[in-house]
Amino acid sequence: MRPGIIWKFVGVVAIVIICALAIWKFPINLGLDLRGGTRMVLEAKDTETIKADDDAVTRAKEVIERRVNQLGVAEPVIYRQGSRRIVVELAGVKDPHRAREIIGRTAQLEFRDERNNVIMSGNDLKTAVAGYDQYSRPAVNFELTSEGARKFEKATLDNIGRRIAIYLDEELLSAPVVQTVIKDKGQITGLGDMDKAKDLSMMLRAGALPVPLDVLHAEVLEPTLGQEAIDQSKVAALIGAALVIIFMLVIYKLPGLVADVALLIYAIIVMAALVSLKAVLTLPGIAGLILSVGMAVDANVIIFERIREELGSGKRIRAAIEAGFTRAFGCILDSNVTTLITAGALYIFGSGAVKGFAVTLGLGIFASMFTAVVVTKLILVAIVDRNPEKYAKRFGA
Amino acid sequence: MDIIGKRRNYLAISAVLVVIGIIALAAKGLNLGVDFTGGSLIRLRFERPVAAGEISNVLTSSALADMNLGKAVIQPIRGTPDVQIRAQVEGKPLGSTQVDRIVDELSYELGAVSIVESQMVEAVIGKELLNKAILAMVLSCVGIVIYVSLRFEFKFGVAAVSALVHDTIIVLGAFALLGRQVNSPFIAAILTIIGYSINDTIVIYDKIRENLKFRKKETIEEIANNSIRQTLRRSINTVLTTLLAVLALYFFGGASIKDFSLAIILGLVVGTYSSICIAPSIWVEWTLWDRERKRRQITTGRANPKGA
Repeated sequence: MRPGIIWKFVGVVAIVIICALAIWKFPINLGLDLRGGTRMVLEAKDTETIKADDDAVTRAKEVIERRVNQLGVAEPVIYRQGSRRIVVELAGVKDPHRAREIIGRTAQLEFRDERNNVIMSGNDLKTAVAGYDQYSRPAVNFELTSEGARKFEKATLDNIGRRIAIYLDEELLSAPVVQTVIKDKGQITGLGDMDKAKDLSMMLRAGALPVPLDVLHAEVLEPTLGQEAIDQSKVAALIGAALVIIFMLVIYKLPGLVADVALLIYAIIVMAALVSLKAVLTLPGIAGLILSVGMAVDANVIIFERIREELGSGKRIRAAIEAGFTRAFGCILDSNVTTLITAGALYIFGSGAVKGFAVTLGLGIFASMFTAVVVTKLILVAIVDRNPEKYAKRFGA
Repeated sequence: MDIIGKRRNYLAISAVLVVIGIIALAAKGLNLGVDFTGGSLIRLRFERPVAAGEISNVLTSSALADMNLGKAVIQPIRGTPDVQIRAQVEGKPLGSTQVDRIVDELSYELGAVSIVESQMVEAVIGKELLNKAILAMVLSCVGIVIYVSLRFEFKFGVAAVSALVHDTIIVLGAFALLGRQVNSPFIAAILTIIGYSINDTIVIYDKIRENLKFRKKETIEEIANNSIRQTLRRSINTVLTTLLAVLALYFFGGASIKDFSLAIILGLVVGTYSSICIAPSIWVEWTLWDRERKRRQITTGRANPKGA
């Protein structure tokens, strides 16, 4: 082998090793549809008293961030979209349905007297903890801030023997009769079950939303479903890859084998690019990967057909390989750029899973061009170098 | 093999297919998913196998009568104990308390059940998504015309995009006829088809361009036809490899990816056909027509001196 080829080989092997390390080292960032979780698009609504302006939406986002923190999600994605929308993506949350409940609720807690005057609100609470009342019913025990304590003390003093009603988002929870003056501690009952008490305490700790949020879009997926999708995709990917590999071997023989090796390297590079860019892998994304295997093969097929033509026109094998690659490159470039245009359009306009598809498709295009033009050529040249005339026949010329 | 010689036949076949597609779209319409129409979709997992009829009975029972769920679509998911319910209440997606009521009632009547997936979409969002999807398609078509016009010529670009529109209409029409669901991954599938079909078209164009360069006495038709012949092996082999990969996806990839794979399978077949038979034919027709027009202008003496 010529020294130039050896060095190129070393380069390719180094790239493959680095990529393999990256795959081994970085976790794959699975999307909502593969890991389970929830994605919500919320829109702030005006109320009679408060306008959903920029400030209100910003504060609402902060409240949501606090609530999500309470849920303990590893990598929540929360961002604003346009002037009034907030997008929340929680991949991998254990109980996505509950997460949806907790995030979307306004959680406006109000204490009112019998004439319906608001005594104090959830903002006056210092802490809130789920527990049980004296009849061991689920309850939320709260402590008040100093200002809240002042309000409550006065209200309980004024209302002894009368009822104070506790409303959550205009829904009556309970209306206990005031027995004595209460200063800084209290209890909310009428919550149903313990989960509800826990959720309420969590929402109270994180604070109420300054304006109510409309849920425009909510997707919730249990993790089990995501796992099923992964398992099925793995099977599909393996079978698909095996079929492609066999097909190439049968149709193109030795060059087919070379293409298969290139394909394997291609897969490693794409996966490495995916994990190191922290791109999100979604179900359509996996489909995009499987599909791009077909496209990666395409570049090889174009090159082989070219070499075959060059051989047919009387060139010797080395010259034919050289010319084949040079002349195939324009064609491969043009066809890939156009695919890249559609991937770009998808990336700009797609959301969630579709964006993931665009990313894998785009990465696939770059990786397939690299493997076809660099790796395939290198291997072919190396093989042919050993015995040029013998291998010329293998191209079917 | 003489594809260009029979180009009128292929163009006629395609015209018929496109017309059928348009009629199917107009008459039957697409079965749009909740992400486009708005509404809610709940996927439930039952402990024991449950028939759609049993669920329908519960949904329309007196306990849930106030929600008017008579129009809810109940669909068992093949190969799983899961059932999908698609419903709206007064044109709005179900709220979470309404979903809870439905699940409580179902589990009371039919045994343990859990929600494994739910989606609720306000109609506004669906409309936005649809607009974005259309925009994405238009944008990629425009991008392709520009790129192909720069690298080849304008006629190639327009002929290529005509073929793409042809592919898209036929696949959409097929989905309308089959009543398969169209959701946002479907848009990804359509755009993939566009990307793939243009791939094939360009490989053939590349050959035509090359053959034009070394042209001796061949006519435009002969050049186009030879180019198709010379790239045919590649076109077929490539589509077969990709088809193998997507077929694996269709049969083993699970229910949620089935419609997506079907769209791509259809698109691959139609796209390859249009790349081989339609895009070059349109280009040939146009080039010949253009030449004829110019010749007539010269012979009648009305030639525009700047136009030649």
